[in-house]
Amino acid sequence: MSKIEKYDVLNIRKDFPTLGLQVHDKNLVYFDNAATTHKPLSVIEKTDEYYRSMNSNVHRGVHALSQLASKEYENVREKVRKFINAGSEAEIIFTAGTTAGINLIASSFGRKFIKEGDEILITEMEHHSNIVPWQMLCEQTGAVLKVIPINDNGEISIDEFENLLTPKTKLVSVVHISNALGTINPVKQIITISHEHGIPVLVDAAQSIQHVKIDVKELDCDFLVFSGHKLYGPTGTGVLYGKEKILNIMPPYQGGGDMITSVTFAKTTYNSLPYKFEAGTPNIAGVIALGSAVDYVNSIGIEAIHAYESELSRYALAELQKIDKLRLIGTAKERISVFSFVLENIHPHDIGTILDFEGIAIRTGHHCAHPVMQHFKIPATARLSLAMYNTKDEIDYFVRSIKKIFEVFL
Amino acid sequence: MINSELKELYQQVILDHNRNPKNFGKIENHNHDAEGFNPLCGDHVHVYLHLDGDIITNISFEGGGCAISKSSTSLMTAMLKGKTIKEAEHIFERFHDMVTGKTAEDDDFEDLDKLAVFQGVREFPVRVKCATLAWHTVIAALKDEQAPVSTE
Repeated sequence: MSKIEKYDVLNIRKDFPTLGLQVHDKNLVYFDNAATTHKPLSVIEKTDEYYRSMNSNVHRGVHALSQLASKEYENVREKVRKFINAGSEAEIIFTAGTTAGINLIASSFGRKFIKEGDEILITEMEHHSNIVPWQMLCEQTGAVLKVIPINDNGEISIDEFENLLTPKTKLVSVVHISNALGTINPVKQIITISHEHGIPVLVDAAQSIQHVKIDVKELDCDFLVFSGHKLYGPTGTGVLYGKEKILNIMPPYQGGGDMITSVTFAKTTYNSLPYKFEAGTPNIAGVIALGSAVDYVNSIGIEAIHAYESELSRYALAELQKIDKLRLIGTAKERISVFSFVLENIHPHDIGTILDFEGIAIRTGHHCAHPVMQHFKIPATARLSLAMYNTKDEIDYFVRSIKKIFEVFL
Repeated sequence: MINSELKELYQQVILDHNRNPKNFGKIENHNHDAEGFNPLCGDHVHVYLHLDGDIITNISFEGGGCAISKSSTSLMTAMLKGKTIKEAEHIFERFHDMVTGKTAEDDDFEDLDKLAVFQGVREFPVRVKCATLAWHTVIAALKDEQAPVSTE
């Protein structure tokens, strides 16, 4: 039976070698998927296959291996295009990850189109990677960074967003799903309204690409960025989608090989899209294996994954709310399976250490979102974040393990 | 049942000082102070000292963090009251060697008195900075360093 007809989570788990690991003599329960997901065997094997049977550089050699590697590399561009429903392969730029994608836009788009006094609009729930590149740009250009506030549920309001749009707003850059709160932002609405004012929108899809169907045509976003390693692919890979007409008028980001058509000391002509933005030898093995990650997700179906995770998420939420003294940070109506919490006055690090000894991997800390912590007046949270291979049994085990924390501290 | 390594880390003395820290608050007549941060954890400590010549006559702290960092700060203040700067520096050196596992195997840390409860930390490398934040901060306060201490 195919996995699409029936979501067989136990069968899916068999595809991920690391899920069988033991930690402190306990079965690993991996709830740190917002940091990075585990990799299916097909991704691991593809990386190996590249180095064993086609290792060579891309776009450079007439020899057989280079042609094979180039073909595989470019096939992934088409796979990714199809996965997010982009119009053309020219709109798919491979990067080192979400952070690299945002920095590319801040440097290239920013330097050309953002001037002194212009405004860039983000939300209060951004990851540092969607804050700091803009602050750096503002420092260089004299532009101003404006922030859409969040309420105590961890949601933004469209009214407040609209109030912050001014004739000086040159870019809106928003996170699709918050890594610290699990909130799903109304990006479609934000894009529609921004476009009514002629303002382009960048969507940070680092926490959404692995959970919900992304259709860039339907969203009509101008830019969208994500990381391969959160989509069950290798670290050091990422994708920047940009509308062709905008990418075409943006200057190159980094200079070097592969991004040029001709170089003389008098003048250099830049290569066409997408190569204009891919200077130097890329992460070839990573990109090729990212293709296997996309294939893997497609073999189950992102809609099926979303349906399963939504049910798991409802279950987890209900179970967490039953725990006395547990306070959820982020209680948005529209949310996914990322849950930040605090336990009375027990510090998240102590929670993390004790759960680690139960074999449970969670993230503790500020989740690279200091402003979110400042909003809720807490130094840190403990966070569990689920993926397609997590189970209700694991959540039950987590709830039982929380009791051990109270055993130590109360 | 709690794992034995965990028990070693979270000893009763540590849990008690976490719950009821000693020397918590700001002493009015302090003549040295410094702040320390553990940016990855969000731990924050502010240490206040009163130095009479080279003797620490009074010491207190404010701030918050995990059980390890809070109890370490509390026990440190109790230990340092009445000590000279030189003695304080020596105790920190011994403490640092203990939590990073740089000492001889038969070392029982008798000289560190109650601070020996932090021996378990050496099995938890990521928690070393929790245990040492207060010490780095106190050293900075003794040297009147202006910039806050950071463990990263």
